[in-house]
Amino acid sequence: MPLYHNDDQAMLKDSVAPFVAEQAPVSHLRKLRDSADATGFSRDLWAQFTEMGLPGMLVPEAHGGLGMGHMEAGIVLEEIGRNLTPSPFLATSVGAVAALAKAGGTQAGRWLPAIASGEAIVALAIDESAKHRPDRIATTATRAGNGFRLDGKKSFVLHGHVADMSIVAAKTDGGITLFAVPKDAKGVTADPRRLVDSSLASHVTLDGVEVDADAVIGEVDAGSEILDALLAATRTGAAAEMVGVGQGAMDMTVNYLKERKQFGKLIGEFQGLQHRAAHLYGEMEVARATVMKAQQLLDEGNEGAKLMVSVAKAKAGRAANLAVREGVQMHGGIGMTDEYDIGLYMKRDRALAEYMGDVHYHIDQVARMNGY
Amino acid sequence: MSDLDAFRTEVREWLETNCPPEMREPVRDEDDVCWGGRKFKFKNAAQKAWLDACVAKGYTVPDWPRPYGGAGLTPEQTKILKQEMKRIKARSPLDSFGIWMLGPALLKFGTEEQKVHYLNPIARGEIRWCQGYSEPGSGSDLVSLQTFGEDKGDHWVVNGSKIWTSYADKADWIFCLVRTDKTNKYQGITFMLFDMESKGVTTKPILLISGNSPFCETFFDDVEVPKSQFIGEINRGWDVAKYLLGHEREMISGGGAGGDMVSIGGAFAKAFGKNAAGELDDPILRAEMAAFDTDVFAYRAMGERFMDMWKTGRAHPASSNMMKYVGTELNKRRHELVMAGGGSDALEWDSEESKGGARARSWLRTKANSIEGGTSEVMLNVIAKRILDLPGA
Ligand SMILES: Cc1cc2nc3c(=O)[nH]c(=O)nc-3n(C[C@H](O)[C@H](O)[C@H](O)COP(=O)(O)OP(=O)(O)OC[C@H]3O[C@@H](n4cnc5c(N)ncnc54)[C@H](O)[C@@H]3O)c2cc1C
Ligand SMILES: Cc1cc2nc3c(=O)[nH]c(=O)nc-3n(C[C@H](O)[C@H](O)[C@H](O)COP(=O)(O)OP(=O)(O)OC[C@H]3O[C@@H](n4cnc5c(N)ncnc54)[C@H](O)[C@@H]3O)c2cc1C
Repeated sequence: MPLYHNDDQAMLKDSVAPFVAEQAPVSHLRKLRDSADATGFSRDLWAQFTEMGLPGMLVPEAHGGLGMGHMEAGIVLEEIGRNLTPSPFLATSVGAVAALAKAGGTQAGRWLPAIASGEAIVALAIDESAKHRPDRIATTATRAGNGFRLDGKKSFVLHGHVADMSIVAAKTDGGITLFAVPKDAKGVTADPRRLVDSSLASHVTLDGVEVDADAVIGEVDAGSEILDALLAATRTGAAAEMVGVGQGAMDMTVNYLKERKQFGKLIGEFQGLQHRAAHLYGEMEVARATVMKAQQLLDEGNEGAKLMVSVAKAKAGRAANLAVREGVQMHGGIGMTDEYDIGLYMKRDRALAEYMGDVHYHIDQVARMNGY
Repeated sequence: MSDLDAFRTEVREWLETNCPPEMREPVRDEDDVCWGGRKFKFKNAAQKAWLDACVAKGYTVPDWPRPYGGAGLTPEQTKILKQEMKRIKARSPLDSFGIWMLGPALLKFGTEEQKVHYLNPIARGEIRWCQGYSEPGSGSDLVSLQTFGEDKGDHWVVNGSKIWTSYADKADWIFCLVRTDKTNKYQGITFMLFDMESKGVTTKPILLISGNSPFCETFFDDVEVPKSQFIGEINRGWDVAKYLLGHEREMISGGGAGGDMVSIGGAFAKAFGKNAAGELDDPILRAEMAAFDTDVFAYRAMGERFMDMWKTGRAHPASSNMMKYVGTELNKRRHELVMAGGGSDALEWDSEESKGGARARSWLRTKANSIEGGTSEVMLNVIAKRILDLPGA
C-alpha cells in the first residue's frame, strides 16, 4: 500500500476537514472553557459526529460501525488536533473500540453498538501515576462471589467523570485483566481536574467495586494483549492528533511571518526565521509520514506496528512540540497573550504529549524493542 | 493486486538464481561499488556476473523504458524489485552519475536519438559520467559560473575550470554547465556533454579531510565540443540543471540519506555490553542512540512516503530539498554516534584492526553530505521560498 491517502480516504478528509473547521474551530474550545463547561466536550457536537458516523468508524460492521481503519480515524484526529476540538473521539472511538474489538465477547456486544450509535462515552483507566507506566499496575481485582472486586486508584482518566463505562486495567492472579466498569458501579468515584488545555481528566478511585464475571473484557489474566491493542491504537491516535496540532500551529505561524512587519520588512524575510520555519516543515513532514506508517502497519496487523507506534508517538511529540514553541516565539509578545490562539496550541500539545507515554517513554521503548 | 503478487514471485525467483552470494554481503568500501565505465576493474567475477545479469534484464535501471536499456517497470513494480533486493540484501548492481543524474535529464530533455545513443551505455555500465557544475567562484551561487564556450560555427571552444568534480579522473564523459552567453545570467548557460579524453581536458585530484581523494579540479583549455553535444536548448541549460538538481536531491534522499537503516543502539550494545537490566551500559549514550534510532525509523517512513508520492506526481516539486536536508543531517548525526560509540578505537587512522581507519574516514566523509548537491542552508532557503512561500526568500 502506498503511503498516502487513497481516493476514499481523500474524500473522507474533504468532508471531515470543513465539518470540524466550521462546527468546532478554536472558538468552540474557548466557548467551552470560558463557560466553565463541566462535561469536557459538547454533546451537541458529538451528536453531529454521530450523524456523520464518526464515533463508530473503527467499530466492525457486524456491531453497527463502519469497519474502517486507523488511517481513517487518523484523518478525523488530525482535524480535531488542528482545531483543538475537545472530543471523546480518541478515548472512546479509537482506544476503547480497539480493546473491545480485539477482545470480542459479551462486553464487545454490549458496548460497540452503543459507541457506534453515539450513545456511549468510554474512558480509559490505565495510568496510576503521573507518568505513564502501563507495566506497573497496582490496582487489584480479586474474585468475590460470582465476579470480582476492584480496588485501586487511576489517574489522567479523560472523560472519567462523564463516561458511561470505563475500561479498567487491574492485576489478577495470573496477569492483567481488563474490566468494563459501568458508570453507576458502587464504589467508583471520579474526581475531575481541569488541565492546562482546559480538558477534564479524573483521578478515579475504585474502592471495593463489585463487578460481575462477565465484566471481564476478553479473558481473565489475558488482558495484556488487549491492553496492548488499546495502547497502540490510542498512542497512534494521539500522534495523529499531535500532527494536527503541530500543523495548525505551524500554518498559523507561517502566515504570521507573512503579515508582521518590523525593521521595515515582513519578519518572514529574515533568514534567521526562514531557516527555523523550513526546519520545522521538515520535522512535521517526517512526523506525518511516521504516523501514517504506524496507522498502516496497525491496519495490516503487521508485527512491526509496535515499534512504529512508539516511533510515531515520539516523533510526532517532538515535531508538534517544536511547532508550538517556535509558534509562540515567532509571534513575539502577542504569542504570550490569551487572546491569540497560538498559546492554546501549546497547551493542547503538552497534554497530548503526556498522554499514553511521552517522548522519553517511547524513545526508551524504541531502545528496548531493539535490544538495548 | 494479483498481477503484482505474480511479479513479486517472479522477481524473487529471478533474484534467487541470478544474485551471487558475494553480492548479498554488505558494501564495505568504495571498492565494493560497481561504477562501470571504460576504466573500471571488476573486483571479482561475482560483481561482473551480477552486473551482466541485471543488464540483460534491464534491472540496472528498472524504471527506464526498454529501448534505452531499462526494464520498463511501473512505479509499483520498481518498488517491489527494490523491496525484494533489500530483503536478500542484494547490492546495487551498478551505481553511477549517469543513472542518477544524466539519465533523468536525458529522459526529460533529450531527443529520441540522444536517448538511444547515451542511455544504453549508461544502463550497461559502459560509460561513466561525471558532473561539471561547481567552479572555484561559483558554489551555492552556481548560476554565476564563468567557464565559457565560444561559438565556432559547428563547435564550441571551451575554456575555464571546474572544481569538486567527483571522480573526474575515473570518468569517461562529463556533463557540464558552460556559459555560452555572457550577457544573460540565467539564459546564457548550455548543458554540454563531452568526452574526458578530448584534447585540453586535465584533472587534478584533491585530497579530502578523510584522506581520500575522490574528486578533482578539472581544467578546460581550448576544448572543442561539437555543437550536437548538448541537452535541451542552447542557452537554456539552467532549466536542465535545475531539474537535475532536484533529481540529485531525490537520489541522495530516496537512496537513504539517513544511511544504513538498522538500529545503531542495537548494534552498539552488542559490541559494548549491557548492564544487568539489559540496557546499553552507558545511559546517556543509550538515550542519544535511542533518540537517533527513533529519528531514523521515522525518516525511513518519510522516505517511503516521499518515493510513493514523488513517483506518482503527488509530491511538492521542491520536497526533495527537504528530504536531502533531513536525511543528510541525520547521517552526520549517525557518524557522530558511531565515533562516540567507538571511543579510542574509532580514532585509529590506518591500523589493520580499524580497516584502515574506516570509521574515522567515513565520519569525516559524511560532513560533505550537507554540502554536496546543495548545502543544508541552501535547502532551507529553497523550502522557505518554494514550499512555505515566505517573502523575499
Ligand atoms: C511578558 C512580557 C512583558 C513585557 N513587558 C514590557 C514592558 O514592561 N514594557 C515594554 O515596553 N515592553 C514590554 N514587553 C514587550 C517586549 O519587549 C516585546 O514583546 C519584544 O520586544 C518583541 O517585540 P514584539 O512582541 O513586537 O515582536 P516582534 O518584534 O514582532 O517579533 C516577532 C518575531 O520576529 C522576530 N524578529 C523580529 N525582528 C527580527 C529580525 N530582524 N531578525 C530575525 N527575527 C526577527 C522576533 O524575534 C520574534 O520571534 C513585554 C513582553 C512580554 C511578552
Ligand atoms: C564530496 C563532494 C562532492 C562534490 N561533487 C561535485 C561534483 O561532482 N560536481 C560538482 O559540480 N560539484 C560537486 N561538489 C561541489 C558542491 O556542489 C559545492 O561544494 C556546493 O554547491 C557548495 O558550494 P561551495 O563549496 O562553493 O560553498 P559556498 O557556496 O561558498 O558556501 C559556503 C557556506 O555558505 C553557505 N551559504 C552560501 N550561500 C548561502 C545563502 N544564500 N544563504 C545561507 N547560507 C549560504 C553555505 O551553505 C555554506 O555553509 C561536491 C562537493 C563535495 C563536498
